[in-house]
Amino acid sequence: MEQALFFAAAIGALGGAIGVVAMRNPFFGVLSLIVHLFSLAVLFLLLTSAFVAAAQVVVYAGAVMVLYVFVVAYVGGGTESAWEPIPGQRLLAPLLGVALFIELSIAVLASSLLALGTDGPDVRAGFGDPAAIGNLLLEKFLVPFEAASILLLLAAVGAVVLAGHLREGERS
Amino acid sequence: MNIEWYVVLSSLLFAIGATGILIRRSPVVILLCLELMLNAGNLALVAFSRMVGNQDGQVFAIVVMVVAACEVVVGLGLIVAIFRRRLPLDVDELRELRG
Amino acid sequence: MSATAWAWFVLLFPLLGSVVIAVGFRALPARAAGAIGTTAIALAFVCGVAALIALLGEDADARHHASSLWDYASVAGLDIKLGIFVDPLSVYMVVVVTAVSALIHLYSFGYMASDEGYHRFFSYLNFFVFSMLLLVLAGNFVLLIVGWAFVGFASYALISFWYRRTTATAAGMEAFVINVVGDIGLVLAAILIFRELGTFEYEEVFAKAPEVFSVNEWTVTAICLLLLLGAIAKSAQLPLHTWLPDAMEGPTPVSALIHAATMVTAGVYLIARTHALFVLAPTAADIAAFIGLATLLVAASIALVVTDLKRAIAYSTMSQIGYMFVGVSIGAYGAGLFHLMTHAFFKALLFMAAGSIIAAMANDQNIDRMSGFGRVMRFTSATMLAGALALAAFPFTSGFFSKDEIMAYASARGGMYLIFTVLGYFGALLTAIYTFRLIFRILPGRPCREAQELMDTGHVAHEEPRNPATGEVEDTEVGFPGPEHHIAEQSASMRVAMAVLALGALFAGFVQIPGVDNVIGNFLDPVFADSPLSAIHPSTGASWLGLAIGAAVSLSGIGIAYWLYVVRPELPGELQRRFAGVHRFLSNKWYFDELIDILVVRPALAIGRFANQTFERFVVDGIVTGTADTVRSAGGLVRLVQSGFVRSYALLLVAGFAGLALYFLLSSS
Repeated sequence: MEQALFFAAAIGALGGAIGVVAMRNPFFGVLSLIVHLFSLAVLFLLLTSAFVAAAQVVVYAGAVMVLYVFVVAYVGGGTESAWEPIPGQRLLAPLLGVALFIELSIAVLASSLLALGTDGPDVRAGFGDPAAIGNLLLEKFLVPFEAASILLLLAAVGAVVLAGHLREGERS
Repeated sequence: MNIEWYVVLSSLLFAIGATGILIRRSPVVILLCLELMLNAGNLALVAFSRMVGNQDGQVFAIVVMVVAACEVVVGLGLIVAIFRRRLPLDVDELRELRG
Repeated sequence: MSATAWAWFVLLFPLLGSVVIAVGFRALPARAAGAIGTTAIALAFVCGVAALIALLGEDADARHHASSLWDYASVAGLDIKLGIFVDPLSVYMVVVVTAVSALIHLYSFGYMASDEGYHRFFSYLNFFVFSMLLLVLAGNFVLLIVGWAFVGFASYALISFWYRRTTATAAGMEAFVINVVGDIGLVLAAILIFRELGTFEYEEVFAKAPEVFSVNEWTVTAICLLLLLGAIAKSAQLPLHTWLPDAMEGPTPVSALIHAATMVTAGVYLIARTHALFVLAPTAADIAAFIGLATLLVAASIALVVTDLKRAIAYSTMSQIGYMFVGVSIGAYGAGLFHLMTHAFFKALLFMAAGSIIAAMANDQNIDRMSGFGRVMRFTSATMLAGALALAAFPFTSGFFSKDEIMAYASARGGMYLIFTVLGYFGALLTAIYTFRLIFRILPGRPCREAQELMDTGHVAHEEPRNPATGEVEDTEVGFPGPEHHIAEQSASMRVAMAVLALGALFAGFVQIPGVDNVIGNFLDPVFADSPLSAIHPSTGASWLGLAIGAAVSLSGIGIAYWLYVVRPELPGELQRRFAGVHRFLSNKWYFDELIDILVVRPALAIGRFANQTFERFVVDGIVTGTADTVRSAGGLVRLVQSGFVRSYALLLVAGFAGLALYFLLSSS
């Protein structure tokens, strides 16, 4: 059961990822990413991280992707030209991707972390619950928590500035 | 499932995201591929958290999500600004910083 | 006070005079500079005489003292002292140099009175006397070289005294460059001496030399030949003689002092001083003697045809120094040095008289235009005649005794050296002819235009100032001769100086009458006692025979000149036409200038051109700009990476990361 779910979610994640990379129209790319994010949420649940899964769906798939949709709707789905100005890029990029994947896999599979080969230790019932995460956020990771809030503030201000009124002569 | 499966899946998603950044020319799509890479990182974090047995990795993943959100906000703001100034939305066309 | 203390004072006064005039020239009134300069040398002369007296008060064997002020360098076996060496030879030279210099300063006091560079003249002249005294009194080879170089500089400064004349500055440079060639020889000789003997001090070198060197060993011969190179350059002997006639561009007192009486005798002094080394290298000594003989004859032959008055006297100097070279090289040390003294007297006198005549001719130096001064300028004519008689070795003048003493010694030494006697007498004949050629051209006859003007008005002729050699027009501001010309008849200081020298020229020979007295010879004997050659003495009878032959030669030379220039004045023109080729050869100075141009000047210029156009442009510039170009191209290549494409930067990033990961994977396995 768990394995079937894992493979389904994995296929969904992979499909979504490939869709993002391959789709010409950015709108369809956004939709692919949403599929991917939902699959990841399922994978998080399989890893007994309920809160992270919920946050993934609500924040990521919910807020961030909506933002993407708005911008793509505003900007339009322009297709890219076929000609590649950088010589060798179309050849090297997939090669490097493959190389990256192989290296990382070797690093994982051949590592001396024996615990990777297991399902993980038995965990108690409240593992990954909001309560547990909340405790950690307010006790052990208070400073990163607050810092992240400040970062969000800065980002909001930045967004307003960037997309604000155009000054004289900037409309080209 | 062994934790290995999750981590290998995470590295595959990471590689796909990296390839996407190198291949695509629209800034929007590049940001989407960036999201892919971040989420791959998140998956690895949560997997390791499960392996270790405490929830520090999950908290880390939440903070990563926050950072990703901020970055998306700023990146899309840039794209909107470019669009409003009627510059071509093509990463190869925007290359005045060169030697 | 001891002789060495007096000797230090001898050095002090001229240096002080030079510095005082140089520093205070703005504050000093015009004639004060001259007075200070003359007084300084007069004081030096007094101290020199006092040193002589102090020396005479000691035993003949003990008359050599070295005195040092301080150690200049004392490191690693090298021990150089700022020291002087007082012995009969140096004191003799000091007395002669200071006496003649004092008289020439007195002459210049009047002669240079209207020159704008009056102060500079006396400062340089005092500095020259200081350098010459330093050269003569030096107690080691290093200080000798210092004095030698200073003298060369002073000569350069004084030859190009009228510095706005291009001929004068060119002559100054020529003199300096040729002297530098000699300096090289001297320095190399000093280095070799140090290498072989380990010391620079005179006493030690001359004591050790016979022990270290065997006769005619190549090292001591090399040393002597290098010393000879220095002597030849300084004394204007063949082949480094071309600078002396051109040095007549300097003012007449300079010609009198430096290029007749003192500086050019430095080479003779050097050979006399290092006679201990020349005794060990007879080959070098013979070479020196033959060079002297060749110069003697070549210079005398050129002096027969030269038309510039000062240049004629310059060639005469060259010839007489040839005699001195012969003297000190074949072993007639006393005779050679005695001729040095008498020559200083009569040659300085001749230059002074020539200066007076040239002033009367408004700075024109061509004897073809001079005549009839005998009636107009009686004092100048009388002194000029006195000098000429001494130069031509007229019986019982000083030159008579000194020149013939050299030839008598040569015949006493016998063998090959008889050639010196025979050719020496032939040279004496030529000397008498060319000397009285000048006298009979200038003094008797119908007065020329300038002489007539002087006779009628009592004023010296004035003309537009011109360069006597090239004829180009000048002015009379600083850097050119002054507006007034001073003749002896109108200047007391000039007359006093010339009168004293005339007395010396005529009567100084009486200290060395063979068989009667031997003042100079006895005085200088202890210095040369270590040389086997000084044991050779011509007998009194042989000396008087030589004197008789010399008298005959001299009188016949004067007679020939009389016949050619007074009795049959058209004859010289005819001879010139008949022997036009010979005349051209002689008047072009045996083509030595052209030879040096081809051998030295043109190759040097060619090397310079090669260095500038080829070496500099291709090799040096090539390396420098080549390096710059290489760096620039490398930078250009690297710049190609900065394409501006974000995706290519990202590619490089990922590639780098992949490479790094590969490295870590491999290193951890």
